[in-house]
Amino acid sequence: MNNGYQILEIKDIVFNTETIKTFIFNWKMEGEEITKPGQFMMVWNFNGEGDEKPMSLSKIDLDNEEIGITVKNVGKFTNNLHSLKIGDELGIRGPYGNNFNLNGDNILAIGGGVGMAPLKSFVEHVKSKNKNVDVVIASITQCELLFEEDFKKIGVDVFTSTDDGTCGYKGFATHRTIDLLKSRTYDMAVVCGPEIMMKGILNILEDNGIPGQYSMERYMKCAVGICGQCCVDNTGWRVCIEGPIFSSEEIKQITEFGNYHRDGSGIKRE
Amino acid sequence: MLSTELCGIKMENPLLLAAGILGTTAASINRVLDSGAGGAVTKSFSKYPNIGYKNPTIAEIEGGIINSVGLSSPGVELFKEELSLINRKNNEDINNNEGEYNKIAVASIYGSTPDEFVFVSSKIEDLVDMIELNISCPHAMAGYGSAIGKCPNNTFEVVNAVKNNVSVPILTKLTPNVTDIKEIALSAQKAGSDGITVINSLGPGMRIDVNAGVPILKNKFGGLSGPAIKPIAIKHVYELYDTLDIPIVGVGGIKTSEDVVEFLYAGSNATQIGTSIMYEGLEIFSRLTSNLIDFMKEKGFKTIDEMIGYAH
Repeated sequence: MNNGYQILEIKDIVFNTETIKTFIFNWKMEGEEITKPGQFMMVWNFNGEGDEKPMSLSKIDLDNEEIGITVKNVGKFTNNLHSLKIGDELGIRGPYGNNFNLNGDNILAIGGGVGMAPLKSFVEHVKSKNKNVDVVIASITQCELLFEEDFKKIGVDVFTSTDDGTCGYKGFATHRTIDLLKSRTYDMAVVCGPEIMMKGILNILEDNGIPGQYSMERYMKCAVGICGQCCVDNTGWRVCIEGPIFSSEEIKQITEFGNYHRDGSGIKRE
Repeated sequence: MLSTELCGIKMENPLLLAAGILGTTAASINRVLDSGAGGAVTKSFSKYPNIGYKNPTIAEIEGGIINSVGLSSPGVELFKEELSLINRKNNEDINNNEGEYNKIAVASIYGSTPDEFVFVSSKIEDLVDMIELNISCPHAMAGYGSAIGKCPNNTFEVVNAVKNNVSVPILTKLTPNVTDIKEIALSAQKAGSDGITVINSLGPGMRIDVNAGVPILKNKFGGLSGPAIKPIAIKHVYELYDTLDIPIVGVGGIKTSEDVVEFLYAGSNATQIGTSIMYEGLEIFSRLTSNLIDFMKEKGFKTIDEMIGYAH
């Protein structure tokens, strides 16, 4: 249990795209605080109006004891985060949830938009184990492609697709993946992005017999498995405990996957 | 061996999921029932949807948590769908006098007026085995929760109104944050409550993060729950057992089977488990029931009934 907050200074801010920034913090990698790719933190912005949201880790540096969260400016909370500067403080508790598991020698990572965040730390983990990993990066437009250069720098084959065709393949992550699987095959895939995308990828990976691990996001409150906010239909699994990573077999049992989620009051939203 | 009866309703064991914990959806409640609970109380809901308070809504303390989730719910119309999907197994379904397989669903409802309580309870009474009136939430909006349960007259009016309009048994959940809980409990009993649930979370309390320099909870204050509050809950059960003629459901800090025994000995007919799921996981229900059986065998108890009020 890591229920207490660490109040941490923002050590560095990386401007990834026009709308996406990565915030770096020192993080002691000891005992229960050792973090694994796929896990998430609860990030408390006590500055100003306050609020707290789950964030996955794009950077886990065990040697230098650093973590990074990658945030797209999409609403009030993330907009407030984006206004913070190096030296400003945030409250962080975690890590929570399960993690991606490396099974095999030849790995495919497929990310859409800011869904690349948890995949980034996993891809780096795979490389550190001297296994092969290819990455499909999808976004709406060229300037939103996330981590392309970072991946290339560590010798990862990157396959991009943009909805508008401004960079790489013109089309969705699903199309790019179908195309890629014509010439390459993989032992497993990790996937994160909008659920409509992940649902499409699930079908493709199933058709090709590639086991997948999917990172799911739900509105969260406690993150310690008691409030019931992030429970999914019809299994009742808590995304904060049994997730956020679900295998292909598991995600197929989650009937709300790709269909709806519940808001803070528990009302189903599409 | 563990089967028991509460307000005429059979349960396979005396362990219920407490209100406010994991009772948000039918899927979650079914998972708890599958994990070995004898029944489950839903998260509290009312007439209209309510978003609750902003995060942080939970803060750790020594021996538990303080929370200010703030009665978030989708409202009765939408929650009816969840209630209809709960896999309860009630008396009519099973021809088993021992009640070994009976799993019950209890709807926890809240409101600000007797009419609102009646409106909500009438809409859902066919979907549950029992209704628990939440007149005791310590961090509810003005006019809700403990604003009612701190006053004997308000308590009487709410309980009486619901009792006169629904046919399923009514539990009234009381707050410990009063000068004399006996007066409130007697008022609920007089109004027709079929049982009393004690205690709701304590306080509210508060925590300030010394490095951030601000209160942790966005709502500043939150109800205290977890093992730390157990002695207060036990005291209230013990005292009400001597005061009341109706059954008592004990809740507050249960983490081990010994805790369950303590509540039974104090005078509870059944118990509820909530916050300790944070420490023990959903396995808590199967572990506690199996340990409870061991304890009963060791001490020579044949039924739960023999243990109720044993310490008096």
